[in-house]
Amino acid sequence: MYRSHVLVCGGTGCTSSGSQQIIDTLESELKKNGLENEVKVVKTGCFGLCALGPIMIVYPEGCFYSEVKVGDIPEIVSEHLLKGRIVKRLLYSETVSSESTDVKSLNETQFYAKQHRVALRNCGVINPENIEEYIGMDGYQALGKVLTEMTPEQVIQCIKDSGLRGRGGGGFPTGVKWSFAAANQADQKYVACNADEGDPGAFMDRSILEGDPHVLIEAMAIAGYAIGASEGYVYVRAEYPIAVRRLQIAIDQAREYGLLGKDIFGTGFNFDLFIRLGAGAFVCGEETALMTSIEGHRGEPRPRPPFPAVKGLFGKPTVLNNVETYANVPQIILKGADWFASMGTEKSKGTKVFAVGGKIKNTGLVEVPMGTTLREIIEEIGGGIPGGKKFKAAQTGGPSGGCIPAHLIDTPIDYDNLIAIGSMMGSGGLIVMDEDTCMVDIAKFFLEFTVDESCGKCTPCRVGTKRLYEMLDKITRGTATLEDLDKMEELCYYIKQNSLCGLGQTAPNPVLSTLRYFRDEYLAHIVDKRCPAGVCKHLMQVTILADKCKGCTLCARTCPVGAIEGSVKVPHVVNQDKCIKCGACIEKCKFGAIIKK
Amino acid sequence: MANKKPGVAFHDTPEQAAQLQAIIEAHKNEKGALMPVLQKAQDVYGYLPIEVQTTIAEGLEIPLEEVYGVVTFYAQFSLYPKGQYKISVCLGTACYVKGSGDIYDRLQQVLGISGGECTPDGKFSLEACRCIGACGLAPVMTINEDVYGKITPDDVKDILAKYA
Repeated sequence: MYRSHVLVCGGTGCTSSGSQQIIDTLESELKKNGLENEVKVVKTGCFGLCALGPIMIVYPEGCFYSEVKVGDIPEIVSEHLLKGRIVKRLLYSETVSSESTDVKSLNETQFYAKQHRVALRNCGVINPENIEEYIGMDGYQALGKVLTEMTPEQVIQCIKDSGLRGRGGGGFPTGVKWSFAAANQADQKYVACNADEGDPGAFMDRSILEGDPHVLIEAMAIAGYAIGASEGYVYVRAEYPIAVRRLQIAIDQAREYGLLGKDIFGTGFNFDLFIRLGAGAFVCGEETALMTSIEGHRGEPRPRPPFPAVKGLFGKPTVLNNVETYANVPQIILKGADWFASMGTEKSKGTKVFAVGGKIKNTGLVEVPMGTTLREIIEEIGGGIPGGKKFKAAQTGGPSGGCIPAHLIDTPIDYDNLIAIGSMMGSGGLIVMDEDTCMVDIAKFFLEFTVDESCGKCTPCRVGTKRLYEMLDKITRGTATLEDLDKMEELCYYIKQNSLCGLGQTAPNPVLSTLRYFRDEYLAHIVDKRCPAGVCKHLMQVTILADKCKGCTLCARTCPVGAIEGSVKVPHVVNQDKCIKCGACIEKCKFGAIIKK
Repeated sequence: MANKKPGVAFHDTPEQAAQLQAIIEAHKNEKGALMPVLQKAQDVYGYLPIEVQTTIAEGLEIPLEEVYGVVTFYAQFSLYPKGQYKISVCLGTACYVKGSGDIYDRLQQVLGISGGECTPDGKFSLEACRCIGACGLAPVMTINEDVYGKITPDDVKDILAKYA
């Protein structure tokens, strides 16, 4: 028996800020103090509050230490773990109570109070590399229940009744998808998992793989039973080494425990799981492209129908869901469809995980019931925007989504509402932007991404996105006309209607949604040749403030294009025709006399 | 080719050749073996020159043009060697709105190379990447396995100095 448990986050965010060194130091310090048999160190998955990493929680007190450094460890060990005195200066400020000496529970903090964890329920709670901890949290009970008490039809009906929809972006009803694959007869069927989380800024799938890998294994086995498949493939991004390693450990342990393989629970049901690594192609998040990639080819999409439920992986009926979708399944089986359907809105049931990032205080993973408003997520859970800046827009749905402006901040978030306001759920990336973000530049940023990631198979996407990018580039350079703006809009609709797969069909969304809500910014760039947010380099002017300039000539000597004129001890002037706005002069000036705006 | 470093001839050691053969043997009868074999081969050689692709094509009995097609499709595979220190700057959305574009620009300026290139001494190569999922630390860059978060363009020189 241990008297204390120290949970240290071993997710990618905290590992990047040194949590492994913290664990190593902690273990050696514990040994030094003879506490190794009294205090247990557990490396968990992500707690969600990545902005404050590395994170450590000490139980039974429930002390939440944030931004812990290796140098703090001896103090935590000698003060807290040895003498029982909490190290107050390291506590997350919101857990420090002014009235009493006790620490406040995490559930009382702004970040966690409104959250409801279903998909993330074990992340940051258990050691993901130990199957027994998952079993201790009712793990594999749902698999046992379906294999011994339910028919495949009942399983599918249960998922249908729950109202679970695909969490990867499209929002297709999961149970319906399963029923299609179940209805097709074949000698072999497959269950596949899309863990190729390509949407930049979204990392919930990775966190589930890192923090609770067994939930995916259990859910995929349940899906296998429901549709009659005996093999499954998980397609994971190679950029997620920690997730890949933990999933492999979990698969090996599940095989060892007889929870994967032949005759599971003695019921005659066989199911095994294999990992395939992605190789850095965003288009492989598209279901047909993903399966082509698993087969070992260029990850190009193909026309549908036939849908994967008819002809999927290796030409066999296949069910493909994303990680977060699967993570809900065992809980639905155990607690019932009604329990799940009681959360959320009329057409979007359950919870959704958002990766909140950008210009916001509490960056991290947030799981809330569907229908929670953007305002609650940004202002309450997210803690608002740092530096007293004004909220301008939130971007959801990644390169396929759009920007939600400030006046729609009270929209309850679900699949249908987001589509109605010109964005989409996507995988749940939510990037907050403030007044310093230029919306034209953001649209250009996303188009640059799609141009790069377009697989090139169909012309509307391959050529269209490139032309669209060039038009946006022209606008940010101040050389576009109003006619270009009209042409650009027309091209957007053309690409949407004619592209082969979801990548192309949604690629113009960032442009269309910013045009819809921030047309004035486009006009400022085109008509006034001005970037209101001060981002677009070509529309800015470098000027020398005459009252501050001492005439030292340093800037003139630094300028690579000879654009600065003036003689010694006389204020200098920038020749705007020659200036390339590189900013080298600003860096060199010792008097702060040169500005760019 | 963006990540070109001209004038490097392909050399492989007997150990590398044996490792490659072992990889091919291990996956030969697997469905969809090509991707895992290419990934492991790149771990052995650091890149996938045409000589390695030819060996894989023969070993798996897949036409060389198909192997080449797959290698050039995916961003992870490289036809040319990378630097001793691989620098990746995250240009995912969360990092971008927090200024990772300026960090990328500064690195190109300091190293005197463009993204996708390698310094002439073979020491540093630079590339942009899409989201490593450390969005809480934005903006982020990585050098081999080391992650640097919450950085500014002015930190670039000091960070590079650690690898000098």
